[in-house]
Amino acid sequence: MGVITSFKRNFSDLFKKLFKKQNARIGIYGPPNAGKTTLANRILRDWTGDAMGSVSHVAHETRRARRREGVTIKTNGSSITLDIIDTPGLATKIDFHEFMEQGMDEAESKRRAKEATEGVIEAVKWLENLDGVILVMDATEDPFTQVNVTVIGNMEARSLPLLIVANKVDLPEASPSTIRDAFPQHPMVSISALEGKNVETFYEELAKRFG
Amino acid sequence: MIAMQGFQMDLVSEHRLSQMSPVEKVRFIIDEVKSGKILVLEKGLSPEEEAHLIEMTMTLIEPDGFSGIEMESYPSEVDTSFLGKILKKNALKTRLTVIGPADQLKTLKKDRNMISALISTNK
Repeated sequence: MGVITSFKRNFSDLFKKLFKKQNARIGIYGPPNAGKTTLANRILRDWTGDAMGSVSHVAHETRRARRREGVTIKTNGSSITLDIIDTPGLATKIDFHEFMEQGMDEAESKRRAKEATEGVIEAVKWLENLDGVILVMDATEDPFTQVNVTVIGNMEARSLPLLIVANKVDLPEASPSTIRDAFPQHPMVSISALEGKNVETFYEELAKRFG
Repeated sequence: MIAMQGFQMDLVSEHRLSQMSPVEKVRFIIDEVKSGKILVLEKGLSPEEEAHLIEMTMTLIEPDGFSGIEMESYPSEVDTSFLGKILKKNALKTRLTVIGPADQLKTLKKDRNMISALISTNK
């Protein structure tokens, strides 16, 4: 009897492994302060009633990747279930003096800088384990940052889907058309994650790209 | 005789980099940049190598020491040639890249076909 039960369990596990559809793992990437966690919070609040993490005007507020599994988004009569990973801001340099300029003491600034470097490493490692990326850009900033170029290059090299989000369009100096002109080969949605402006279009594009 | 002061800039050919493995390339760049040099790579790095370089840079950052790199590369171009389509792995064409110590090299402006940078001799 034990052998039959064991066989059934093993067969069931094998069946699940072979045929169970995993949720697509979508990483939210971008430079520090682009609004990644604000967008992650917007998605979770809209579809789960929860939040992903705290936000701040000080760069590198998110220093550990956060993952939320099974977020179901319904749009235009269809639904898509994703695992969302909110990643720390990518950077090529981190100087603790910049945190001191924000009013932190030296010890706190050094600790934050150290955690920020670990966060960048974690974000880079996640790049190899994703099915797609939402690349958040601050629409008031120059889009040709190295971080944006590197993330887009990695998605193109792996032939993985990418959705560019031109964020902060609530600000008067925002120029989403500059982002569109910079990377015309990829779909782009202009939103304000903070105010919820145009998020319906964002969800539709999300389902189209990652569904 | 007045001694010349300044920074060292190395222009690295595609051929030189192509003889190195990805790990060797990243190590070479980090070592050179940490010693204060500015590198101009004729053909740049692959996107995966760029990501690995960022990762390695983060492990070496120290308070009051090395604060990271300034790296600027043009966006990759997709190789639409017949050969490029056949050799899928090489379908992305990497382009010129400038890399230097973050406290000496600062990008002023960048677009698809132009990088303007300021190089400081004061650390």
